[in-house]
Amino acid sequence: MSESGHSATGYIVHHLTNLKVGEGFWTLHLDTMFFSISLGALFLWLFMKAAKSATSGVPGPLQNFCEIMVDFVDTQVKDSFHGRNPVIAPLALTIFIWVFLWNAMDLVPVDLLPAIAGLLGIPYLRVVPSTDLNSTFGMSIAVLLLVYYYSIKVKGPVHFTMEVLTHPFGKWFMPFNLLLRIVEDLAKPISLGLRLFGNLYAGELIFILIALLPWWIQFTLGWPWAVFHILVITLQAFIFMVLTIVYLSMAHEDH
Amino acid sequence: MNFNATLIGQMITFGLLVLFTMKYVWPPIMQAMQDRQKKIADGLASAERGVREQELAQAKAAQTLKEAKQQSAEIVAQAHKRANEIIEQSKQDARTEGDRQLAAAKAEIEQEVNRAREQLRHQVVSLAVTGASKVLKREVDEAANAALLDDLVAQL
Repeated sequence: MSESGHSATGYIVHHLTNLKVGEGFWTLHLDTMFFSISLGALFLWLFMKAAKSATSGVPGPLQNFCEIMVDFVDTQVKDSFHGRNPVIAPLALTIFIWVFLWNAMDLVPVDLLPAIAGLLGIPYLRVVPSTDLNSTFGMSIAVLLLVYYYSIKVKGPVHFTMEVLTHPFGKWFMPFNLLLRIVEDLAKPISLGLRLFGNLYAGELIFILIALLPWWIQFTLGWPWAVFHILVITLQAFIFMVLTIVYLSMAHEDH
Repeated sequence: MNFNATLIGQMITFGLLVLFTMKYVWPPIMQAMQDRQKKIADGLASAERGVREQELAQAKAAQTLKEAKQQSAEIVAQAHKRANEIIEQSKQDARTEGDRQLAAAKAEIEQEVNRAREQLRHQVVSLAVTGASKVLKREVDEAANAALLDDLVAQL
């Protein structure tokens, strides 16, 4: 929905501005929080509904869908993680579905929800939580914390410290080993968070750019990009989930 | 694009979601799936068992049928044999009875003949005595000539 040529920059900036309250660090992105919590609630509502009426008999369509998802995630977890941990599989399911729902918001026409919000007097609205670095890093840092928690819990503090200091080059390279470990562990959340953010941010930006075209030509680019995006959003959710499983299973194993 | 409190908010949301999933979503669905798996496995196993039992029953039925046929054949054979025996026996009995009756009849005839012969002798003797009496014109004392007459009777 291009208003005019010279306001294109303004249009894009408007679309990339969050609705926020607060100052400095204590700013809260209301739109990100609202949509991520709503989508999380949607996920929980759907799956808890299926779980509550779960039967070992003939499953209904909802239960069937949930079981396919659960089974899919369970297979992924069993493929790369061989220990026993009651957290990893539900965690992976949450990540997969939640991130998928975040990303799926990208397929909603870019102007639809902001326009409705505008009518209600809300000036800014970004509908895709995964285009907010705070969301993706919130998740990836939470994953990192879990990795540390399980590393220390499984290996014990002493063994864990020894591993940090002596791996991979032996005890004579302690500082170097430590540095390497820090880089390695920093790379995990950054790669996780940035990958998801980058893909979805780019996708959203391209949708916004397509929206700048005249209305009668938009579908020629919008449609293929949306179709391609169906793959992207699923793939990104899947990658986030699988990498989380891999990191957590690495935390359970000795190097 | 700066980091702010949203990060913390998202982490908390994420944590809560995972917690809920762990507690209320994952276990019941997993349980249902495992239960169904077990059910299906049990069903397949019992189907297999049923097939095996049916085969067994069929074999048993065939065996029973075979035995019954064999038995009936034996019974028929025995009946045949018994019938032949009875017929043989009857023939034998009939022959024996016939022989017996024949012998009795023969004996009777013999008796009759003997009796007739005896009678005839006596009549001949008395005729001879009468003849002799006529010839001698006097009574022949039968008592006095008894020995002579008996000798005569024996010679006849």
